[in-house]
Amino acid sequence: MKKIFLLICIIFILSCNSNSRKKTLVIAGSTSVQPFVEGLEEMYIRKNKTAEINIQGGGSSAGIQSAISGTANIGMSSRHLSLDEEKQLKIIPIAYDAVVVILNPRNKIDNISLEDIRKIFSRKILNWKELGGEDKEINAITREDGSGTRGAFQELVMKETPISNACMVQDSNGSVREIVKADPWSIAYISLGLVDKDVKAVKIDGILPDRAAVKEKKYNFMRPFLFVHTGELGKDAKDFVDFVLSNEGQNFLEKEGLIKVGTTP
Amino acid sequence: MSINQNIIEKIVKIFLWIFTIITIFILFYIVGFILKNGIGGLSKEFFMEFPKSMGREGGIFPIIIGTILLTLAAVFIAGPLGIGTAVYLTEYTRENRITQMIRFGADCLAGIPSIVFGLFGFVLFVIKLKMGWSIISGGLTLSIMILPTIIRTSEEAIKAVPKPLREVSYSLGGTKWQTIVFIVIPQALPGILTGIILSIGRCVGETAAVIFTAGSSLRLPNSLFDSVRTMSVHFYILSREGISLKNAYATASVLIISIGMINFLSYWIMHRFIRRIEGK
Amino acid sequence: MNREKLIEKTFFLIACSALFLLALITVFIFKEGIGIFLKIGFAKFIFSPDWAPSQKQFGLFSMIMGSVWITIGALIIGVPLSLSVSIFLAEFCPKKIARILKPAIELLAGIPSVVYGFIGVVILAPLIREYLGGPGLSVLAGSMVLAIMILPTVISISLDALHAVPKSYLEGSLALGATRWQSVYMVIIPAARSGIIASVILGMGRAVGETMAVIMVSGNAVRIPHSILEPVRTLTSNIALELGYATGMHREALFGTGMVLFVIIMILNTAAYVFTKRKVRK
Repeated sequence: MKKIFLLICIIFILSCNSNSRKKTLVIAGSTSVQPFVEGLEEMYIRKNKTAEINIQGGGSSAGIQSAISGTANIGMSSRHLSLDEEKQLKIIPIAYDAVVVILNPRNKIDNISLEDIRKIFSRKILNWKELGGEDKEINAITREDGSGTRGAFQELVMKETPISNACMVQDSNGSVREIVKADPWSIAYISLGLVDKDVKAVKIDGILPDRAAVKEKKYNFMRPFLFVHTGELGKDAKDFVDFVLSNEGQNFLEKEGLIKVGTTP
Repeated sequence: MSINQNIIEKIVKIFLWIFTIITIFILFYIVGFILKNGIGGLSKEFFMEFPKSMGREGGIFPIIIGTILLTLAAVFIAGPLGIGTAVYLTEYTRENRITQMIRFGADCLAGIPSIVFGLFGFVLFVIKLKMGWSIISGGLTLSIMILPTIIRTSEEAIKAVPKPLREVSYSLGGTKWQTIVFIVIPQALPGILTGIILSIGRCVGETAAVIFTAGSSLRLPNSLFDSVRTMSVHFYILSREGISLKNAYATASVLIISIGMINFLSYWIMHRFIRRIEGK
Repeated sequence: MNREKLIEKTFFLIACSALFLLALITVFIFKEGIGIFLKIGFAKFIFSPDWAPSQKQFGLFSMIMGSVWITIGALIIGVPLSLSVSIFLAEFCPKKIARILKPAIELLAGIPSVVYGFIGVVILAPLIREYLGGPGLSVLAGSMVLAIMILPTVISISLDALHAVPKSYLEGSLALGATRWQSVYMVIIPAARSGIIASVILGMGRAVGETMAVIMVSGNAVRIPHSILEPVRTLTSNIALELGYATGMHREALFGTGMVLFVIIMILNTAAYVFTKRKVRK
């Protein structure tokens, strides 16, 4: 028994010491940005076998906070920074993303006016029949307060109209999409890059939010994906940021449904 | 009258049977549902490979390692504290106000919801003490959660050690410390182990406190200050984000099988322990 | 001799760790959370139903009611089920079967809560949506999942209480000509009453404190529900959903939520403690 104990001790101590000098690059923040950066990281690691990158979710605000506090080397944000935050951090836009409204494919409706979308999320319209659909209650899903996606949706789509508290709340793009997949009478908003075959993006005022529309600037509900840091990036961090902004990195992001930096605003 | 009573007796029995069967059915249904969908995904590769594209493909090797390391960290911190507390409560004092307070404190600690531990650990360890999402932050948080279980079970186990054994030790000139280290603890070890194994189960199954303190990194950790993802967190993320249902079920199967094994092991040790104590 | 004293002191310090940690958590949560009570006002923070952190509105009432609804629902479904099982196991069941069933039920306690939540999402929610209406993710779904999750707690503690009743009680009652159920109902259950109540209270504590499963199945809308088919948010989900995003006053408000939760749990624990103590004194 004692020997086992000792052995475990030794393994533990070793695991503490080995390599602890070598700093791992920590990137944390927005769950909207996270999957794309994870994709980039996989490509990056393939090229730089020795690189160590650790990617965390947590949310835009957590990302910004951890960049300020030094918990993370780079913070990811899917919303603009507040004035106070902006003072403490440097901002690198890595891509732009469209926020789109999605429905379950079983729902026959495929075009909703901007005005009606505002009414749906402020719970002024409660039944699909009011929009010419079936006589079923609308199950609207929103993101939690403080989410970058929610901030962008509020700012770009809802404008002054508040999102009703009676909407269901989910805490990530993925879980929102899973619920819309399962519930035929639901409506929600997510990143264009995360729309897949099991949910359908709805036309807003007749404009289908696909990549073409976004490129031609017909679809305007766009927000930036940001990297933030305190000013001095270490070499590992700088190399990774350079990779993200390189043609290879940007092409990957475009393939995944985002818009390259430099092409839109 | 008595015929009436017989009928009532029958009806009650039938109802009790039905309710019990429902409960057992729910248990088997949940376990069966997960295993049915997940067992097909288990393979050597699933255990030994790294996850690819966020867990959509590949295995759960770093996640298994992460789970083990985090659990070990928690047990290493809570084990000595818990066993020490139990020794103090049983060997050094009689029932008094202080022991009552300690017991009440442990009970309160046991009742605190895991999300409150998560809130506490996240803001204190991760942010204020700058440990980041790491094995150490998660381990510290979990160790507080499992401390009451270890105290309780160790206390019971130490109490069960027969008095004469201690007296023999004293009569041979052993000091109290020697008696505890060479007689009491070895005798109570199976009981103490049971408590530790149960706490391991708790650590493996926990999500809310872990996700905010240990993070969700998919890489193998290099040091105690690296983030890890445990199996429960992995299952939560895979299923909730719709990344891969197949891998989610497979992960859940591994979870349930390991929890089952942990329970079985603790039962087995406890059984032997009781038989030995009673046999003496 | 001196060495022995030193060892005793060390053990004493170790033994105080549990109390120290409890105090640390309590003080930390209260220190971080008290600000919101001072800024918003106690009554407004507790009794206002408006929660919109981005507009600096912090009111917990919807979440408090959410926790209350879901917990009551869980108790209504879970308590009769678990008490029947424990009465059955203690008094009516053949010993051999009981020996298999008890560990099986304890296994139920070990299953991670995310697995329960997942089952709720893939099996329960669609059924509720299809057959009863609403979005499926609702008070009802949350209560049902929690009811299953509190089963092991309530069963094992009430079972202990029933076992603690001296055999002579039952034998006496049977000798007087009562049937088995009459004896259980009139003699054993009253004798084990405080333990059974404690088990229900602890089950309640578990239901109030559960987080991940509830986030997954209850829809999380910040509104006092009008029916069991509507989505709700509980105190625990409120913390877990927004913790990652919260800074400044918002984080204080989440610590305030933690304080409320903490106080509720402490009241429940103390109540359970009082009831178990009463049992011991008998």
